[in-house]
Amino acid sequence: MINWSAFFKRSNSTAPVARERLQILLAHERSPLGRSDLIAALKEEILAAISRHVELDADKVQVKMDRGAAVSTLEIEVEIPNGVTALAANS
Amino acid sequence: MAKVVVVTSGKGGVGKTTTTAGLGTALAQSGQNVVVVDFDVGLRNLDLVLGAERRVVFDFINVVQGVAKLQQALIRDKRLETLHLLPASQTRDKDALTDEGVARVIGELRSRFDWILCDSPAGIERGATLAMRHADVAVIVTNPEVSSVRDSDRIIGILDAKTEKAEKGEKIDKHILIARFDPARAARGEMLNISDVLEILSLPLLGIIPESEEVLRSSNLGTPVVLNNPGSAAARAYLEAARRLMGEELNVTVPSGKRGLFNKLFGRRAA
Repeated sequence: MINWSAFFKRSNSTAPVARERLQILLAHERSPLGRSDLIAALKEEILAAISRHVELDADKVQVKMDRGAAVSTLEIEVEIPNGVTALAANS
Repeated sequence: MAKVVVVTSGKGGVGKTTTTAGLGTALAQSGQNVVVVDFDVGLRNLDLVLGAERRVVFDFINVVQGVAKLQQALIRDKRLETLHLLPASQTRDKDALTDEGVARVIGELRSRFDWILCDSPAGIERGATLAMRHADVAVIVTNPEVSSVRDSDRIIGILDAKTEKAEKGEKIDKHILIARFDPARAARGEMLNISDVLEILSLPLLGIIPESEEVLRSSNLGTPVVLNNPGSAAARAYLEAARRLMGEELNVTVPSGKRGLFNKLFGRRAA
């Protein structure tokens, strides 16, 4: 037997998806989080903060942003090689 | 008092020029003294849509640079004597428009006309920001489609930041005009519906122009749809939108797909 409702849903209603994607996207573009240079600025400052204490490679810092409807997550992954010499704090 | 209206969108191809011609014609038909100004320097098309492409002698740039007088560049419509066109230059680029020159020309137009409709180029660059610079009212042309709605949101932000009124701390009057609306596709859930677009952009609705062959046919002929086929759904939508622009309170009717079926069965022309 053909499931007509599933058939119609699959083939037709893409508008609700469009609406939801737009709402999430625009909420971000209107907020300070929507600044296109935000991630780059964060990465630079985080890198600078850590480098004051530990020697590290700039390429080993990954910054990711996942924009959700209610909350966004900022994921920062810093790879620090073991056995590095600690820098003198407050230098 | 004269009103400067910018017809803008961010995205290209959504119907800015058709809308400028449609609203301009509808306003002029109701006796208002109207000038439509093409800001799309280098890619002018308003002359073509209005059927005045062979009558362009001097253009906006010539007037801005003082080479020609405003009177010499204005083209009066052959069908409606209250409708005028200030064409863009086809050979220059947008850098030829200076801030002071544009301000002076708009000031001169304000003293001569009731309505100054500025047809903005696509994008958010200089041409677009100059077109909106002196506006009292903005008509944001949007198609019910994700990229158009996103770009409209962006242009709304720019209207609130870069216009003369915004810089003085005043509010610019903003309206959404939905063009290329396909009622059948909206009913099937393939196209964002009107309430989705309005909810997302949270601005009042000036009108809904249905996607129609009549609009294309009118552009082919160089006669705005309002004059070419006043009974068509698109023409009626522009006429009503113009009345709302003049301050009348009219309910917006969402075009239904049923009329299309009716037309299919009983002939294509409504009028």
